[in-house]
Amino acid sequence: MAYDYEKSIRPGKLPHIWCPGCGHGIVMKGLIRAMDTCGLEKNNTAIVSGIGCASRLPGYMDFCTLHTAHGRAAAFATGVKMAKPEMNVIVCGGDGDGTAIGGNHFIHACRRNIDMTYVLLNNHIYGMTGGQFSPCTPTGAKASTTPYGNPDPIFDISKLAIGAGATFVARTTAFHATQIDKLIAEGIKHKGMSVIEVVDDCPTTYGRRNKFRSVVDMMKVLKDTAVPVAAASKMTAEQLEGKILTGVLYQEDKPEYCAQYKQVIARAQG
Amino acid sequence: MSAKAEIEIIERYCKGCAICAEFCPTKVLEMDAFVVKVANADACIACNQCELRCPDFAIKVHKL
Amino acid sequence: MAKKVALLQGNTACALGAVYAGCTFFGGYPITPSTEVAEVMSEELPKVGGKFIQMEDEIAAMASVIGASLTGAKTLTATSGPGVSLKQELIGYACIAETPCVIINVMRGGPSTGMPTGPGQSDVMQARWGTHGDHAAIAVAPASCQEIFSETVRAFNLAEKYRMPVQVLYDEIVGHMRERIEFPEPGELEVIDRAAPTCSPEDYKPYDAKSDTDVPPLAAFGSEYRFHVTGLNKAADGFPTTKASLVDFEERRQIAKVECPEARADIESNEEYLCDDADVIILAYGSTSRSARYAVNELRAEGIKAGLFRPITLWPFPEKRVAELGKQVKAIVLPEMNLGQMIFEVERIVKNDCKLAGVHRVDGEPINPGQIIDQVKEVI
Ligand SMILES: Cc1ncc(C[n+]2csc(CCOP(=O)(O)OP(=O)(O)O)c2C)c(N)n1
Ligand code: SF4
Ligand code: SF4
Ligand code: SF4
Ligand SMILES: [Mg+2]
Repeated sequence: MAYDYEKSIRPGKLPHIWCPGCGHGIVMKGLIRAMDTCGLEKNNTAIVSGIGCASRLPGYMDFCTLHTAHGRAAAFATGVKMAKPEMNVIVCGGDGDGTAIGGNHFIHACRRNIDMTYVLLNNHIYGMTGGQFSPCTPTGAKASTTPYGNPDPIFDISKLAIGAGATFVARTTAFHATQIDKLIAEGIKHKGMSVIEVVDDCPTTYGRRNKFRSVVDMMKVLKDTAVPVAAASKMTAEQLEGKILTGVLYQEDKPEYCAQYKQVIARAQG
Repeated sequence: MSAKAEIEIIERYCKGCAICAEFCPTKVLEMDAFVVKVANADACIACNQCELRCPDFAIKVHKL
Repeated sequence: MAKKVALLQGNTACALGAVYAGCTFFGGYPITPSTEVAEVMSEELPKVGGKFIQMEDEIAAMASVIGASLTGAKTLTATSGPGVSLKQELIGYACIAETPCVIINVMRGGPSTGMPTGPGQSDVMQARWGTHGDHAAIAVAPASCQEIFSETVRAFNLAEKYRMPVQVLYDEIVGHMRERIEFPEPGELEVIDRAAPTCSPEDYKPYDAKSDTDVPPLAAFGSEYRFHVTGLNKAADGFPTTKASLVDFEERRQIAKVECPEARADIESNEEYLCDDADVIILAYGSTSRSARYAVNELRAEGIKAGLFRPITLWPFPEKRVAELGKQVKAIVLPEMNLGQMIFEVERIVKNDCKLAGVHRVDGEPINPGQIIDQVKEVI
């Protein structure tokens, strides 16, 4: 039997709104498999997102789902998790949502090491609004607001997460479908803030402007630029130029926020 | 050579992106205008890659 | 048994009122003159097993209280001036997603940083119209420490009953003033808890209104009910829709649930002091009403039939009663620590039925009774 995705999807919600070839659907499938692997119960799991194409993901999922405001997913999710620590909390959203308008909430959720799993769908662009550059749009690339090429340097999301204090940080791409669920599942099992960056594609607003002939071309680039961390350790800086490291980039055991607050309660009551 | 899996295509979900066809290692799938179709069923090795990468939940690999 | 009494600051009374109402979650960000609310909550909440979190900014604080509320908790945030401005987008989110929460706004002057330590009443219109889009608003304005306690409890009740954000507005003067307060016994003040759905989980729709003024019950995340929440216009099932008739119904219902006559009668709360035979009404709210009451007494001593009308609920505004008073009196004098906000609402209601004059002050000093008395004498 083929894998049954429908059991995790709300009846009647497919086909989804994403464009042909949009990587967000591949990531959603990976998330479904990962949540399944971890046995997350529907009634006990919240999926929280911001605004953007990527942030439409929770609406399809048959869980407790919260589609919030642009950039604020991590802050809403923090409220959910703090108020009901027994719930599993997954956050998902785009690069713009998580690192531009929501960058502050993102880094502070990492800093607190609150037990949630943030799946960041990095398609290097503001897809939903028609392709303006995001903090993750490569320097020089074309976006609707960088007609002469993007002058901005980019954020390395995973480094940002590690620097901010997340205790499980991993990266993969939409091409590497089996790695998506493997890494998300590890992130879910990890106690503390886990960030899984999935580099994906927006053929409609990014691919078109940046001379990709098709979404297949974009997938090929993802395939060719990904380098597993183990392999990277044997490569020179020159060889690594323009590559994206994939796999578990960082893992550490540190006190988790809700557990810490439990001690606050014990002290207040003691 | 005989097929190792039966490929089910849910046409109303398929958006014709061609990702499945392109990365099928044995070229089982082909694009037919805006949907994919099974062109070479016997060659399927049941690797599941088409199903994993279809963004649209439109292809299922039923292992035989 | 004698009641427990204490000499408390308004902000402390607010926090203790929240705990009395059953608040179990506070998300905040410090700002003068509201900070003491957060400080007291950080001490009191863990004692009752509740959660306090200091977020990275006011937007995050607002987000956290909405998120926490969706798990079934009664939630509070407190801020002032610039912080309220930052919260506005998410106040709108709480309106459209119909998520109960209470927002304390200890008003100071502005715009921008303004005078952080000075009192102001310049957020009256912000409380009504601060967030974009059509929406209803409930805001209350206590004028003493005792009333801050009881109005905070009432704000939680209204938030839960009407499934929306409720704002408590008081100014720096009341927030930092110390007064004797008597603690109500448990059960003495009404405490309303969130209505739970009665249908089966399969049939549950978070916005399944039975009428165009109905407030459907809100289930909790983590219970047997599973649902979707969004800030988009949505249908009864909680999922986005652009269908004109559904959008129109929901937009209107979310306002009518607060502004229909039954709801107004329930939500509105006013104090009238010597209004029955009055020729002139001083209409004042919050700390300014304290000067106004003094002025009424002075004016009465001089033989001028003055009265005080004090809206405790600012929004929805007590339109009906103010319209009646407008017909009864020669003049209404409206002191407020801003350059004219509520006065425009009153003007809209009384039209030319009586004279209307304001007393306005934005220099960080409270309005004193003498200023009010002078204005009353001037208009009559
Ligand atoms: C406060 C606010 N500002 C701006 C917007 C407009 N907006 C909607 S989605 C979006 C960008 C989304 O980009 P990203 O998060 O990368 O998601 P994608 O669409 O690429 O998946 C923007 C700018 C908004 N909805 N709210
Ligand atoms: S615009 Fe881009 S990100 Fe949005 S659905 Fe289309 S391809 Fe995906
Ligand atoms: S399962 Fe593998 S071989 Fe068979 S069609 Fe899919 S990609 Fe091709
Ligand atoms: S990957 Fe899916 S949507 Fe794309 S062509 Fe194949 S079946 Fe259709
Ligand atoms: Mg994006």
